[in-house]
Amino acid sequence: MGRYLLRRLLQLIPVFIGTTFLIYWLVWSVPGDPFAGKCGERACPDAYVNMMTEKFKLDQSIWVQYGNYMQNLFQGDFGSTFGGRPIGDIIATSYPNTLKLAMVALIIEAVIGLTAGVLTGLRRNGFLDNLVLVSTLFLLALPIFVIGFVLQWLFGVQWGIVKPTVSNEMRISELILPGFVLGSASMAYIARVARTSIAENRRADYVRTAIAKGLPMRRVVGVHLLRNSLIPVVTLLGTDLGALMGGAIVTEGIFQINGIGRQVFRAIVTKESATVVSIVVVLVLVYLLMNLLVDLLYAALDPRIRYE
Amino acid sequence: MRVSKRASSAVALGAAFALVASGCSSSDGEGGDAGASADGAITIEGTQPENGLVPSNTTETGGGKIIDWMWTGLVEYPNDGSAPRNALAESIETTDSTVYTVKIKKDTKFHDGTTVKAKNFVDAWNWGAYSPNGAQNGSFFADIKGFSDVNTEDPDGAEGPKKAPEPAKKEMSGLEVVDDWTFKVTLAAPTAVFPTKLGYSTFMPLPDAFFTQGAEAFGKKPIGNGPVKFVSWEDDVQLKLTRFDDYSLRDKMKIKDVTVKIYQDDTAAYNDLVSGNLDFQQQVPVSSLAGDKWKADLGDKAIQTTIPSTGIIAFPIYDKRFTNAKLRRAISLSINRQEISDKIFFGARKPADSWANPLTPGAKPGNCTACQFNVEEAKKLLAEAGGFQGELVMYYNADASHKEWMEAVAQQVKTNLNINARAEGMPTFAVFRQNINAHKMKGMYRAGWQQDYPDVENWVNPLYVTGGSSNDGLYSNPKVDALAKEASSAPNLEAAHAKFAEAVALIDQDVPTIPVYFSGQQSGHSEKIKKIELTNVGELDLTSVEL
Repeated sequence: MGRYLLRRLLQLIPVFIGTTFLIYWLVWSVPGDPFAGKCGERACPDAYVNMMTEKFKLDQSIWVQYGNYMQNLFQGDFGSTFGGRPIGDIIATSYPNTLKLAMVALIIEAVIGLTAGVLTGLRRNGFLDNLVLVSTLFLLALPIFVIGFVLQWLFGVQWGIVKPTVSNEMRISELILPGFVLGSASMAYIARVARTSIAENRRADYVRTAIAKGLPMRRVVGVHLLRNSLIPVVTLLGTDLGALMGGAIVTEGIFQINGIGRQVFRAIVTKESATVVSIVVVLVLVYLLMNLLVDLLYAALDPRIRYE
Repeated sequence: MRVSKRASSAVALGAAFALVASGCSSSDGEGGDAGASADGAITIEGTQPENGLVPSNTTETGGGKIIDWMWTGLVEYPNDGSAPRNALAESIETTDSTVYTVKIKKDTKFHDGTTVKAKNFVDAWNWGAYSPNGAQNGSFFADIKGFSDVNTEDPDGAEGPKKAPEPAKKEMSGLEVVDDWTFKVTLAAPTAVFPTKLGYSTFMPLPDAFFTQGAEAFGKKPIGNGPVKFVSWEDDVQLKLTRFDDYSLRDKMKIKDVTVKIYQDDTAAYNDLVSGNLDFQQQVPVSSLAGDKWKADLGDKAIQTTIPSTGIIAFPIYDKRFTNAKLRRAISLSINRQEISDKIFFGARKPADSWANPLTPGAKPGNCTACQFNVEEAKKLLAEAGGFQGELVMYYNADASHKEWMEAVAQQVKTNLNINARAEGMPTFAVFRQNINAHKMKGMYRAGWQQDYPDVENWVNPLYVTGGSSNDGLYSNPKVDALAKEASSAPNLEAAHAKFAEAVALIDQDVPTIPVYFSGQQSGHSEKIKKIELTNVGELDLTSVEL
């Protein structure tokens, strides 16, 4: 187990370097001069462009730029935006917000999705099953911004139950609506995967044995059936945290949440490679670590899986 | 000219017009309750300023608005768009439009309690002009004698490998402090419009603290001399502002505190406005304009203003196909601007019929004869010009909402003139502007112009004079240049305006660009605000707000 963990952690290094370089290179190759549109319909004065070019070493080759960036990164310096704001600050303020939103979304989708999945998996083709089937299809078919705008308008503007946008304090109660919107698509997937998995394992030998030896139904489902059916669901949930964080840009925009989405978008548009890479790198780390965590969870869920 | 940097509405075309005199301001005439106002607070919509708040280094609306509130310059532009009047200046005198003696009002204060003196202007301007400081608006000081000593040009442009030489001097020879309240400005050439320019934010005074702290630190905690004082700035979240109680130049703010909440999405802000969580939004989202939904939502709290901004389509005159003025005029005449205003903009933007914003001092309404819709004449001119071979592409930046009207224009040209015209988007404003700045456009392209200061000069010199800062199509007519030069050096503004009118008449024959629409602005405020006025560029006038 220890060696496995070490090996996995060591694997993170090439992945880390590879992704940072790829992202740096991608942003660098976005066409357009970062200072061409900066001063509106009038070109910026040469003096300004020169000063910025020199300050951010934009006249150097991409290798030198990337090398500089990595060097500073290892000293804990993320660099700064063209506007002079430390990128470390941006990460420190925007990441917790996005993480908070993603966690709320994850919890909502796990609770609702799993409950629906288990209930429908146990009683297939009933009324509830059909209801869940239709409603998940509906959620999957609607783009997230439609769900977002509609719910915001209904709850925030029309009925006035909540404020249309999230306040700066980011209270959990305010995040329920945006969390639901963000997690809605995954919720549908989880319900469906859990349903299939439960339905399949329902007919497995060990379930029959458990029932045959007279275990109460609650124990059969709660301990034996659920635990074995959870592997695909955990995989889905684990990788979903990264996807939720990366995909929160639309939800963040609709509900006015100060998260990483808008920072990445702004930085891509203004060609600030350092900002994009810094934010995405942390996201990459989240993905990698969640993947590792999921793999380790497999062993906990299914004793047949062992890591050497 | 400032540019909006919101992601969703992206780069609006900037330009601002003076308000239509009638529709410019208060929605409730009787005003508010002085008691409620006295320590009242409002929350208004804003965008994250791109840079630190330094007047000569701000070219976008998010920071520009706040600078406009926080500073009072030598002159100011009245809300109704009329001619500028002295604000901090006691008098600005000249006999030859070259040497100006500026006297400022005594004993006015910066927010840090220090006194505004003549040297605060001179130092601020010298800082802005000094090229190693890289101020985005540095070129505004080019009128002043000695500018080339402090602002050196890059021998091969910003793209080239050579670096600009270090300037020989740090101070412009044309600026001279006479005493604490007087300074003398000597210009490189006579410029009658110079006093008008002094209300633009680039020309604001800077306190001594700016020079001790440095621009970067100052920009995070700016100190101005206007009616509104800076309190705090939380990046991407909000800026807090408050009333400056020692302000003595004009009306103080009637309310006390202002929170500028930074929104990333104008629809989110609009929903907050409609549900009473926000007190003012300068421009409601495009989605709420269809079917006048915003008027139904906001009722008498909706403010429609014809704000000063012209949408134009420019010709790349460096392209041989567009050198014939008859062809350019034919294309312009074939556009039905009224139809575009009605069908695409739901009347929110008006068809353009003059070369400068009609309310700008010195401008003549309706002086764009090329802006009429006359298919017969257009066809005749096109035939005289020998037709147009090949495809006519009209470019726009696809990251803002320009697609619809550009396609409508292309379709009209195609239908009315039988030219194979179409509109094509370029992915981002940056790519778009890069091609325009490099003079590499392969067809016509959309542009926009917002006056920096209310004078017809600002609608001629930068756009249509050879070498003008925004003459991107490289239009050049020696007669226009000569007239503009004469106008600039005229002894007074009336004479200058008369000469500019002559220049505009020539421009009208040459049609170097096609004015298409005058922008409108649709703002909204909350129930709480009882009285409100907008400035000449459509920004909220914070000193007017009563609760």
